[in-house]
Amino acid sequence: MRTRNKIPDWGLHLMILPGLVMIVLFSYLPMAGLSIGFQNFIPTKGLFGSDWIGFDNFEYVFTMPDTTTVIRNTIIIAVLKMIAGLIVPIIVALLLNEVVKAVYKRVIQTIIYLPHFLSWIILSGILIDVLSPSNGIVNQFLSIFGVKPIFFLGTPEWFRPSLIVSDVWKEFGFSTIVYLAALTSINPALYEAAEMDGAGRWKQTWHITLPGMAPIVILLATLSLGNILNAGFDQVFNLYSPVVYETGDIIDTYVYRLGLINFQFGIATAVGLFKSVVSFILISASYFLAYRFANYRIF
Amino acid sequence: MVRNNSFGRYLFQYGNLVFLALLAFLCLFPMLQVLAISFSSSHAAARGAVTFWPVEFTLDAYKYVADKPEFLRSLLVTVERVVLGTAVNMFLVVLIAYPLSKESSQFRFRTLYVWIFVFTMLFSGGMIPTYLVVKELHLLNSIWALVLPVAVPIFNVILLLNFFRNIPKELMEASHMDGANHWHTLWKVVIPISLPAIATITLFATVFHWNSWFDGIIYMNSPEKYPLQSYMQTIIVARDMTNLSESELVSLKNLSDRNVKAAQIFLGALPILLLYPFLQRYFMTGIVMGSVKE
Repeated sequence: MRTRNKIPDWGLHLMILPGLVMIVLFSYLPMAGLSIGFQNFIPTKGLFGSDWIGFDNFEYVFTMPDTTTVIRNTIIIAVLKMIAGLIVPIIVALLLNEVVKAVYKRVIQTIIYLPHFLSWIILSGILIDVLSPSNGIVNQFLSIFGVKPIFFLGTPEWFRPSLIVSDVWKEFGFSTIVYLAALTSINPALYEAAEMDGAGRWKQTWHITLPGMAPIVILLATLSLGNILNAGFDQVFNLYSPVVYETGDIIDTYVYRLGLINFQFGIATAVGLFKSVVSFILISASYFLAYRFANYRIF
Repeated sequence: MVRNNSFGRYLFQYGNLVFLALLAFLCLFPMLQVLAISFSSSHAAARGAVTFWPVEFTLDAYKYVADKPEFLRSLLVTVERVVLGTAVNMFLVVLIAYPLSKESSQFRFRTLYVWIFVFTMLFSGGMIPTYLVVKELHLLNSIWALVLPVAVPIFNVILLLNFFRNIPKELMEASHMDGANHWHTLWKVVIPISLPAIATITLFATVFHWNSWFDGIIYMNSPEKYPLQSYMQTIIVARDMTNLSESELVSLKNLSDRNVKAAQIFLGALPILLLYPFLQRYFMTGIVMGSVKE
């Protein structure tokens, strides 16, 4: 009798080949292309004709005050988003968990989860409209209380809060549902036992629900560590303007302008390489931690 | 004591529901408002008279958009990229996930392949080198620039791979025993029983391609080749405010095309809204698929 180990595996190698080719072309070739960060890259001369200049691009770009601002903005925005994106869904999941009627629960979930699927183009279009200082509904509402129109997307001190709040708006429904899914796996007998022992809702939440949610919360928090240099290109690019560069310009938008607007390919790639390397270390560390403590494996 | 307790409980339930309803409303109102504006007259929209219900109801904005050649043209580009891009995604994802779902004993170098794919999740060349590669491959200005660089969505590979792993081994062994090779087994046994998972991933790929906008902007030289989201980026979002003062900015935003913009925003979101019931249902499948591992 043939065993499955005897099936020749050349068919499998052939199957994976097209995907492998695509990965090599569009992931590994660009990685090799990072070497232009060490070149005075001139597109007409190409990768092999341009001069190698060692770390000159890095020295140049890291002495520019813009670069430090951009890195600081990126980290501040990313960390604030991580914190808000962690706390809000926990609270909402706990509150939703207390809702008795399944219909209400489902309707609310459905609504809060919707923005997750819309692109930042759509959401930015909506935000620009509702946050408009002249006829946006948010400022109209605030004017009832005598607040003067606030140019949320056009003033440096309001730009970051606008980013954080709108990011929470888009994504908190997603995490809430993931947390809720974790809550359904808590054994109901635990609550019954707690009730018998005279524990109230607060105590039950504190001693059963929260610990039940903790593993997935810790896992998502750990995995999000890898995003510390990802402040959200799609969002920032579509909401920012030169007026708010001092608080809102981030690494990705900076690289975009350096490279694809000003055509300083070498310098832009140097910044990109810096980001890729730091992100690589952070993502690897976060995956390792998630594997170590939550037994999480990607494959 | 008991009565007091249950009264507090009742109060909490009620307050909680009100709070959550308010929260849901907060999430929804920006969209509702834009929808109301799109059905209002341009005059009412510019005046800021619209809240959640159309004022001076009219379909003018939609009629205007429907007659706009740029909008229709970019819609066609988007349809093309969604169809082509999703097809390429699904073809490759299935063909990658199946071999990787095998044990190392059945598939030599499996671990090496896995690392080759996983490494792309950890490290990337970034924006500029990727752009230069697409340029060097002479893909600029072609629909393939929107399809090939994103041909392998690793996350979807992982979802499907985990699904394949949970298929009972006996099914595949039986097929092999009947003399079928891997291609036959994949086509006749694995794909037919994985249709729910494949549907889920198709949905994710469709939404991804519909929503993508940045590649259109950097890889297409002329706006006629922009997909819808890229086109919308240039007309709704992009504002060159470099040389404008704040008061000029304010008056710029007062332009009376507010209802036309709102109509385009709504139309750009419409397919996602139509797919939403399915997305929501399959999303949970996606979580389960991704997390169940042997």
